[in-house]
Amino acid sequence: MNKKQKRTRNRIVLAIALFVVVYVVAELLPLSTWLGSETTALWVEFALFLVPYLIAGYDVLLRAAKNIGHGQVFDENFLMSVATIGAFALVLFPDSDPHMAEGAAVMLFYQVGELFQSYAVGKSRKSIADMMDIAPDFANVERDGRLVQVDPYEVAVGDEIVVKAGERVPLDGVVVSGTSQLDTAALTGESVPREVREGDEIISGCVNMTGLITVRATKPFGESTVSRILELVENAAEKKAKTENFITRFARYYTPAVVGIAVLLAVVPPLVLGQNWSDWVQRGLIFLVVSCPCALVISVPLSFFGGIGGASRLGILVKGSNYLETLAGTETVVFDKTGTLTDGSFNVVAVHPASGIDPDRLLSIAAHAEAYSNHPIALSVRAAYSGPIDQQRIDDVQEQSGHGVRARIDEHVVLVGNDKLMSECGVGCHDCELTGTILHVSLDGDYIGHIVIADVVKPDAAEAVAALRAAGVKKTVMLTGDRADVAAAVAKELGIDEFRAQLLPQDKVAEVEKLLEETHERGSGKGKLAFVGDGINDAPVLTRADIGIAMGAMGSDAAIEAADVVLMDDKPSNIARAIGIARKTMGIVWQNIVFALGVKFLVLILAAVGIANMWLAVFADVGVAVIAILNAMRAMNVRK
Amino acid sequence: MRKAFKLQDLDCANCAAKMENAISNIDGVKSATVSFMTQKLVLEADDDRFEAVLDEAERACRKIEPDCVILR
Repeated sequence: MNKKQKRTRNRIVLAIALFVVVYVVAELLPLSTWLGSETTALWVEFALFLVPYLIAGYDVLLRAAKNIGHGQVFDENFLMSVATIGAFALVLFPDSDPHMAEGAAVMLFYQVGELFQSYAVGKSRKSIADMMDIAPDFANVERDGRLVQVDPYEVAVGDEIVVKAGERVPLDGVVVSGTSQLDTAALTGESVPREVREGDEIISGCVNMTGLITVRATKPFGESTVSRILELVENAAEKKAKTENFITRFARYYTPAVVGIAVLLAVVPPLVLGQNWSDWVQRGLIFLVVSCPCALVISVPLSFFGGIGGASRLGILVKGSNYLETLAGTETVVFDKTGTLTDGSFNVVAVHPASGIDPDRLLSIAAHAEAYSNHPIALSVRAAYSGPIDQQRIDDVQEQSGHGVRARIDEHVVLVGNDKLMSECGVGCHDCELTGTILHVSLDGDYIGHIVIADVVKPDAAEAVAALRAAGVKKTVMLTGDRADVAAAVAKELGIDEFRAQLLPQDKVAEVEKLLEETHERGSGKGKLAFVGDGINDAPVLTRADIGIAMGAMGSDAAIEAADVVLMDDKPSNIARAIGIARKTMGIVWQNIVFALGVKFLVLILAAVGIANMWLAVFADVGVAVIAILNAMRAMNVRK
Repeated sequence: MRKAFKLQDLDCANCAAKMENAISNIDGVKSATVSFMTQKLVLEADDDRFEAVLDEAERACRKIEPDCVILR
């Protein structure tokens, strides 16, 4: 609690204590016999109840008075003031029961509720701020032979900074010396630490866990990952969701309308039908209390804020409430294949030696033949071969572009390449049942087997697609520039509904446009299309889709710029989680809207027919606001 | 020019919405958002009138919630 809240709290406690004393005095002591007359007793009670009332609510009355001066008639201070003063004023109607206790209690209740609201909102604000507490406070720089702490803003690109164990990496950079483990949880939600060594790129915001490392800054602080993320989350509240705008617009009409009805209710029946004044005035006052729109107006942005905050804890950055809202309506998810569903790097997935050949020998021969090539395929073969490469054994290497490599190894002629190379050289080879790039190997004209190289799918890709389906996504589509048979195999393995292969980057935009049309026409017409890419080369598609999701975006500025939702790590399973958080948040938003409006309308109806009292009205205002706020705070809780 | 300002003692969500509405209607304002959750005003207005707009925005805020101050 801050100072202001504490002061209010003390005031409320004092007022409640006084209220109880006054209430006991008024109820139990025979005031009227002591004072000699009923009327005097009534006015003494009136004065007594005024004390706790004013202690609790003088600020509300004051603000109401000021605001009338400013022409702000429909603010809650004014409404509460009129309602409570009205309750006190009922003393003027001799035919009614006195309502002073109610007037004072309503003010007390209102203040307790307001205090709680302010406390709860402050608390959720703080917990979200803590969650995003990834900003480094300083950077260690060597100046004149001594290590000094400077503001990260003062570090220039190319400067070397020292990050000690337990400290946060202040700027993006490259490790110059030292090895350590980095905790990236604050950025990615990933709890397994990442190992870094000399030459590795590291990003700001991670925590150095074990060793001491020296880092050369590659970006100024303002452009470092941590600054970009903070900026993004800070700005998220700016982009308001449709529901949020709807509610504030609704509030603009709701309050004046209810106040209008309140006036009519208080005046018309007694004047026209000659009914009891005090009864109808009281009904009007109840309307005034219920007319405050606060529960709605506060709980909707709070829910969105909580949802965005909760998502950011998992390394899912949503750029605005509006995107969270759209994300919740996702019916079609379109993936880019390479780098999104697959690793984007080639790997040896199978070694199939001909009969009588040792698989390790096959791999060794292929690795030696490819020893000098920088082709991705050569790199993957060498990566799969764990032994050392003895350059003495290799001789006379000829690379034949588009075909493969011809080399002499241990005085044997070795061919490594595709079926074209084999048939050209008269070596009989056979196809493989696996899809991917097939690398055939021959030794002195004899076929000794083949190696299958493919872009491997990410371990959680299939799970991710299944999770999307479980989350209610109706259609999944994969786009790729790859060959149709490779695309078909991946789509089948992952359980993706459709695929479009051999697409050029510009074709992807056209495909997404077609799919957009189809999604928008299907069913209710409210379905949305999300495109997931790795942010490389697909910025136009990211912007074209209803929701662009960029993954593995740490450090990729273009992707962060173009996407609406940024997944900090490259796990596709986070897509379903993002949609799940969005749906849950929207659920909470609608629960709050329906609940708050439902209770308010119910109490209004009950008040109009004379069943509701002031207590129920206060519940419909402050009580509902408190419940809605508590519900909104649920949006923040996400499962790790 | 586009600038963000912290709002101190912005205690009521409905007031935030009203402020946003009032500030958006000030002459020279391109866009204005008042976020109750982050207690921030993001104002985009013509460069040459920015200070004047900000003064007017401050008056508008005070009218709606007397306690609220724009920190600049």
